[in-house]
Amino acid sequence: MKNDNKTPTLDRRGFLKASVATGLAASSPFFIQNAFAKGETFRNMPKADAKTITLGFNVPQTGAYADEGADELRAFKLAVKHLNGEGDGGMMNTFKPSALKGNGVLGKKVAFVTGDTQTKSDAARASAKRMIEKDGVLMISGGSSSGVAIAVQGLCQEMGTMFMAGLTHSNDTTGKDKRRYGFRHFFNAKMTGSALGPVLKEEMGTERKAYHLTSDYTWGWTQEESIKETTEALGWKTVKTVKTPVGAGDFSQYITPILNSGADTLILNHYGKDMINSLTQSVQFGLRDKQVNGKNFEIIVPLYSRLMAQGAGKNLQGILGTTNWNWALTDEGSKAFVKSFGKEYGNPPSQAAHTCYVQTLLYANACEVAGTFYPPEVIKALEGFKFDGMGNGKTEYRAEDHQCFKDVLVVRGNEKPTSQFDLLKIVKQVPRKQVEYDAKIFGGDLGPYKV
Amino acid sequence: MDAILIQILNGLDKGGAYALIALGLTLTFGTLGIVNFAHGALFMLGAFCAVLFNKILTFSVKVKDESITFFDAYKEQPYLEIWLGDTGTAIIDYAVPLSILFAIPVMLLVGVIMERGLIKHFYKREHADQILVTFGLAIVIQEIIRHFFGANPIPTPPPEIVSGSAPLGAMLGLNENLVYPWWRLIYLAFSLLIIGAVFAFLKFTTFGMVVRAGMADRETVELLGINVQKRFTVVFGIATVVAGLAGVMYAPILPPDYHMGMDFLVLSFVVVVVGGMGSLGGAVLAGFMLGLLQSFASMNEVKTILPGIDQIIIYLVAVIILLVRPRGLMGREGVFED
Repeated sequence: MKNDNKTPTLDRRGFLKASVATGLAASSPFFIQNAFAKGETFRNMPKADAKTITLGFNVPQTGAYADEGADELRAFKLAVKHLNGEGDGGMMNTFKPSALKGNGVLGKKVAFVTGDTQTKSDAARASAKRMIEKDGVLMISGGSSSGVAIAVQGLCQEMGTMFMAGLTHSNDTTGKDKRRYGFRHFFNAKMTGSALGPVLKEEMGTERKAYHLTSDYTWGWTQEESIKETTEALGWKTVKTVKTPVGAGDFSQYITPILNSGADTLILNHYGKDMINSLTQSVQFGLRDKQVNGKNFEIIVPLYSRLMAQGAGKNLQGILGTTNWNWALTDEGSKAFVKSFGKEYGNPPSQAAHTCYVQTLLYANACEVAGTFYPPEVIKALEGFKFDGMGNGKTEYRAEDHQCFKDVLVVRGNEKPTSQFDLLKIVKQVPRKQVEYDAKIFGGDLGPYKV
Repeated sequence: MDAILIQILNGLDKGGAYALIALGLTLTFGTLGIVNFAHGALFMLGAFCAVLFNKILTFSVKVKDESITFFDAYKEQPYLEIWLGDTGTAIIDYAVPLSILFAIPVMLLVGVIMERGLIKHFYKREHADQILVTFGLAIVIQEIIRHFFGANPIPTPPPEIVSGSAPLGAMLGLNENLVYPWWRLIYLAFSLLIIGAVFAFLKFTTFGMVVRAGMADRETVELLGINVQKRFTVVFGIATVVAGLAGVMYAPILPPDYHMGMDFLVLSFVVVVVGGMGSLGGAVLAGFMLGLLQSFASMNEVKTILPGIDQIIIYLVAVIILLVRPRGLMGREGVFED
């Protein structure tokens, strides 16, 4: 018979059990801080009654890419506005299939914090770590350098936080350094080579001698490799490849040896400030007026951006390159985004702004599709996700390497601009099929879903 | 032969910039004993004088850009072009050389304010304090420029007539393919002119004589009742103007950005040390010498034998010279040797 009147007592065994249970309960938050626990307990998991979630936008606010970073930040703010149901909605009206409702993400309003990468890997990592640990962000996005992207992506993998890369063009980001928690919407050097090759063949033939000036870091190396592979497949000869330090400023000492090298084509694997300087100085040294091997000397800038085109001025006119996206595209998604961004800021968005805006929406949509913020489920919702209405036609996030595949734009510095922003003329929208490649060629390992 | 001639010219025009900046640094150090880490920022300020003057000349009215249909965009039309037509366009085209006239008073004013407001308080402090305060000042100047002009380089083209290359080969009866940018040749000539003017000023004027005497033996000159300090303040202003002019004329070669001064600062200090602390002639000699060495080390033939030599040649030569001649090429005994 059960004794209901029994007074609760604490014997030795009970005390030990209670102590162990209390100890485990008390220590569990420390375990959770360093790894995911069972079920859906994960780093920075929003409380059920939380009204907001926080995203981290880590962009270069100082340093050589600060203007690019400022444009990225504008795009992020616009994306947050649209996700929260404010403004005209931009690409949320054209993006499909979309689970976004315009009421935040999973019913929680979106807030954000910003950080300054300074275009330095160590500063970017420190900033991202602060956002994850102090600000409790669920996702980090941004960056205008592959070195930074790879460093932050590695950190996010270690800490189990989603990383939606901004502008990064190195093959390594979704190649040998790819990570399960990192996704790249931007195209890469390999895709640039595949897109540019046929246009180069058509415009410059198959008998060229190329000289490369290359930024001495991951992005420069992979771009040089990809473009060299492409041009040599066309029958071009590579006369010389020269690595230049990032931020060299005066490139004249690298340009003068080109004059008597026998090369008739200069390929500038430079970006940002370096590209503006090296191109300006190449033009000043009369390279574009030269005739070598019976041909007009040509300069190629494989990776273009409109902000760079503004810096290089008329020196860029007529020069071929590629870009991830351009504000002059006429598809409905691009038009909606340009209208929304232009109304807000009085300028059309740059390709950096576009990719950051799209990445924010894609992350939010993946959370809605997964029905949770739990990263492994969000990752699964993004892997292999096919969508349209975000510019550049039908797009897919390839599951094997988290690289987005879409049409790539071959552009030329506009010789007859019709407006102050009309700096790049689209020569060809190269179909996605032409720039696809086997994910295995770059190696690398995505790593686990649960960390 | 062509390649050698091109490398010599390239070395000389680089050397011209190094020599101009190092000359200002040496003037400051030789007279006031100040190690001025803000000197690179003054070079950058000079370049931004060209940018600002260009902006003043192209001060515009905003006109709605009808070619943009997605949103309201505005383009700018300079008042000078509206008021003066083709003459206005021509004036804008010559913005960089004209900005020399703008930069001289501006840089002189900056120099005097800097010296009276900050530097004079550090004359008797240790060199480490001087370095810290001038380095801090350089960062403040940089950030002010970044705030107003952004971080991206700003294209500042030379006048159209000298924007291309000079047909040196045709002019000298050599290979017709031998060309060199007009503006770099102008920069070389300009740097030689400024260096010559500074030396002439110090050599042939009474003011210069007093300054040289003060540099050699300040105590004796002061005992003669001459206010050396006042003259040295003027020299600081002159050094600032020299750095500023070097920057103005460099703007078409390297589109100015807020960080360009720092890129030159380290090199210029190496030039000063190699030339000999406080030696004006040494600074000029070392500037041209290191420019030439850097240029030749960048030749593919050299780099094939010694990969990466172009990156270290200046520092390597500096180490060798300081080992052989610890006071630099033309350094004097007793300078920086307390």
